Amino acid sequence: MDLELAPEHATFRAAVRELAQGVVQPHAAEVDRLHRFPEEAIKAATESGLMGVLIPREYGGAGLDAVAFAICIEELAQACASTAVIVDVHTSVGTEPILLFGDEEQKRKWLPRLASGELLGAFALTEPASGSDAASLQTTARRNGSGYVLNGTKVFITNIGRAGLYIVFARTGGQERAGGVSAFLIPAEASGVRVGQVFEKMGLHGSPTGELVLEDVSVPVANRLGAEGHGFTVAMRALDSGRIGISGQALGIAQAAVGEARALMLERGHEQGDDFALADMATRVESARLLAYEAAWLCSRGRPFTRQASMAKLHSTDTAMQVALDALQIAGDEGTVTGSPLERHVRDAKALQIYEGSNQVQRIVIARDLLRAG
Amino acid sequence: MDFEFTAEQVAIRDTIRELVQDRVAPRAAEIDRTGEYPKDIEKLFAENGILGIPFPEEYGGISGSSVTICMGVEEIAKACASSSLILAVQALGSYPILMAGSEEQKRRLCPPLATGEKVAAYALSEPGSGSDAAAMTTRAKKHGSEYVLSGTKQFITHGSIAGTLVVFAQTDPGADHRGISAFVLERETSPWKVEKLEHKLGIRGSPTAQIVLEDVKVPAANRLGDEGAGFKIALAVLDRSRPGIGAQALGIAEGAFAYALNYVKERRQFGQPIASFQGIQFMLADIATQIEAARHLVYRAATQVDSKAPDLTKVAAMAKVFASDMAMRVTTDCVQLLGGYGYISDYPVERMMRDAKITQIYEGTNQIQRVVIARALLR
Repeated sequence: MDLELAPEHATFRAAVRELAQGVVQPHAAEVDRLHRFPEEAIKAATESGLMGVLIPREYGGAGLDAVAFAICIEELAQACASTAVIVDVHTSVGTEPILLFGDEEQKRKWLPRLASGELLGAFALTEPASGSDAASLQTTARRNGSGYVLNGTKVFITNIGRAGLYIVFARTGGQERAGGVSAFLIPAEASGVRVGQVFEKMGLHGSPTGELVLEDVSVPVANRLGAEGHGFTVAMRALDSGRIGISGQALGIAQAAVGEARALMLERGHEQGDDFALADMATRVESARLLAYEAAWLCSRGRPFTRQASMAKLHSTDTAMQVALDALQIAGDEGTVTGSPLERHVRDAKALQIYEGSNQVQRIVIARDLLRAG
Repeated sequence: MDFEFTAEQVAIRDTIRELVQDRVAPRAAEIDRTGEYPKDIEKLFAENGILGIPFPEEYGGISGSSVTICMGVEEIAKACASSSLILAVQALGSYPILMAGSEEQKRRLCPPLATGEKVAAYALSEPGSGSDAAAMTTRAKKHGSEYVLSGTKQFITHGSIAGTLVVFAQTDPGADHRGISAFVLERETSPWKVEKLEHKLGIRGSPTAQIVLEDVKVPAANRLGDEGAGFKIALAVLDRSRPGIGAQALGIAEGAFAYALNYVKERRQFGQPIASFQGIQFMLADIATQIEAARHLVYRAATQVDSKAPDLTKVAAMAKVFASDMAMRVTTDCVQLLGGYGYISDYPVERMMRDAKITQIYEGTNQIQRVVIARALLR
């Protein structure tokens, strides 16, 4: 048993923290207030190589593992949860599937551009009538000579309008439900790709979320990721490790809330009621962090990690929500005023209990795994 | 034991319910988005006698009962928490006059509030004096037949739109909380300055002002109670208004739950309404049970206020803390029930979740409520 971070992970954390606190954090309140994309933060992350954390060096990335990825997102989220989710979606569900399921040609074509940050990645699975029930998706990819023609509407797509490449899941026919789904690499500039409604959200105001509309979008067969009918497997595997990133994001928000509550208590004094609340908050965050790192560690060793990733996502995002609310409660009125990071944390944290598999879906995944494997 | 409302109370509630559904509910999203005070809804409430609920008939009102105030606040909050404060704060700002005012003061000051000609507000908190109300520094110096007030009041709901403002200030700064007195400021004759309006997490249509008193002259005839009685008045008012915040929290939770319940019956995944899944059903059961429990505590507290029961302080604090904690949990769960749709502004539940948070904080944070409850238990 060794719960110490490896020296290279500790060094990496220190570097990301410096960037996050130095460049990302100063813009976080404004990004939230103006609902604007965190240009400075993403530029800095790009220049520091954070857009290619998981991509091997031979494809231009940093070649780091899932533990480093979790640390990266955690540190960014401690500064700005919007920035964290942009980098998270790009790195994991928006890029990793190419690494895991792409052929050599696809890897050479796309990974260097994603690793350098030239292209931002995105993941388009959800549809208006297909959320938790992802296998019921209705977007079609019709075979047409040497390629496919895609039609349909995807919804709640993170990095909408900013992404250069969308990994899109569509029905190629044959089997119903999961067996009839394939994955495609759809460049944003492809003809027929359009951004639909961009949503006003409760939080994560710097991270654009919206509809991706596909109208007779033609792509060559070379843009299909994995075999026909294997798309659902691609999506589920992508979400497994995506949940490690969301856990990191949750930890970052929660840690920031604990830090701000603590600073406030030191500044204005505190009684036992606040002390107990702070102790509970910190204990929750500590347990969530251990669970998240365990999932990342299993993943980095190529061992099964689905259950642990779902447990980490469930526990860390519930923790982030609770801790953000508790920190705001310690602050009182001062915390509810817009511009206070504490009210922002509350608004940001709520999304995490919902996206990349709602926490109800995580419970289904965990229970199913427990009932099958024990 | 009697869990029934009177026929008159039910009639008032039904009138408010209808008005709210027709006129307030359609405005709620826009009020939140623009952050503008809904003057039209204030007018609607005034014209329909709703702002007269906090006042007995002899002072131009229609009730004066805490139970009726709570029923009104609850109904309005189901659709729009910001609008529910129009009634709740009319009650809060008027309680000091009704409780501590002389007969002359009540007859003079209450009728324009009961008709809604004027809006009332209550100014206790200061930048350096929140939960520790006794630490206030606003001064009131007596000069002949008037007082001169100076200081800054913070987080004053409706401080910017009120015509009548109850202000607590030190008349004897050496005497700690025993030196605090209460004054009624009428805007035309004792004008205050609105320094800034806060941008908030929720209740965005309800202006929260920082107000500055720069040598504001107030006639001695507008002092409520004796000099030095202010702190006692402030606490007694909060005891009586807390069930109203509980009712607001209750209404917010009920509004969110009604929407989410309908949604889970309509939303289909895996070939069936998501309400058919046990995981969702357990959430529904827990939410409904919490709402039911909070409702009884709120109306029990309101009944204690109306009957001036000896333990009203404790029960009112319990109602406030329980209902507001409940509303925060329930609205968070209701967003969850709507999934991604719950998080976007096209649907009302994210607004309700943002609105719920303040009910745990204002009119005494829930930490203060716990202090109050524990103190009552240990005495």
